[in-house]
Amino acid sequence: MPLLNTLPDYVLTTKTDELLNWMRKSSIWYMLFGLACCAIELMHTGGPRADIERFGATPRASARQSDLMIVAGTLTLKMALRTRLLYDQMPDPKYVIAMGSCASCGGLFQLAYSVCDGVDKILPVDVYVPGCPPRPEALTEGLLKLQEKIMAERWLARSSSNGVAAA
Amino acid sequence: MEAARIYQRIKDRFGEHVLEISDHQPDPFIVIDPASIEEVGSFMRSDPELALDCLSNESGVDYKDRIEVVYHLFSYSKRHGAVLKVKLPRENPTVATLENIWKSANWMEREIFDLLGVIFEGHSDLRRILMPEDWPGFPLRKDFVEPTEYHGISTVRESPIIRLDPKKK
Repeated sequence: MPLLNTLPDYVLTTKTDELLNWMRKSSIWYMLFGLACCAIELMHTGGPRADIERFGATPRASARQSDLMIVAGTLTLKMALRTRLLYDQMPDPKYVIAMGSCASCGGLFQLAYSVCDGVDKILPVDVYVPGCPPRPEALTEGLLKLQEKIMAERWLARSSSNGVAAA
Repeated sequence: MEAARIYQRIKDRFGEHVLEISDHQPDPFIVIDPASIEEVGSFMRSDPELALDCLSNESGVDYKDRIEVVYHLFSYSKRHGAVLKVKLPRENPTVATLENIWKSANWMEREIFDLLGVIFEGHSDLRRILMPEDWPGFPLRKDFVEPTEYHGISTVRESPIIRLDPKKK
């Protein structure tokens, strides 16, 4: 006799990993952090038209309360050290979106003496969003891609095998 | 007052300290001896005929054989402007600060120090303003060589076209 039919209507069944992932992906708190013109589009993305808060993503003013760092704008070498410090302050699990050409590879300013050519030189990047700057729709797509990535994670297997994630 | 008359007035007052008067259009300028920059600046600001009360821009230029500091001045009451230049040696360029005459010189002189390495004597706070404190060299100098890395961050990025092309491996 299937288990499903024995339970009352208000009981749902799922896997623990999927429940954890679903909760995690539905509350991605991103750091209120912008470096250049991409930050304007980042603000629009949080605004009423694109409104990524409907996916549970809300800005937090502190790195210590954030799950996601959206690197929005040109990363100078001077700022790169500070950005790394902010990333280190974020609690695990943490994710990074490189928003726009500058954060992805240095963009227009790649040959400038003061610019770090891409945030992936100092941090692990989960999603790259191309554009100069990307439209709010593009950043929303990036957030949805990150949610897909989060849903594929296996936390129980990771904790039971000494930090090695099962495939 | 026209620029030529402004410069003539400075020439009459300071004589041999004025090294060159150019009527180059549209921006005539006057070159003065770096040693007398404070006196000339003070006169240009306080003289009632000139009354150049605003230092709208101060910048530095590297000409390979010399470094020039350029002062763009403006008078709100007289509605006229003037351009003042000093020529400095490329080795150890040093000039007195004009921060005590025009307050706006503070940050602009810090920027020239940061990017070209001009030392402004008497400046109240001569630190780098844009580049990191531990940055080597002065990036707007013509002979500046970009370091290959900064705090372990490489400053070059391989082109993905080269990386993906099997023939160029």
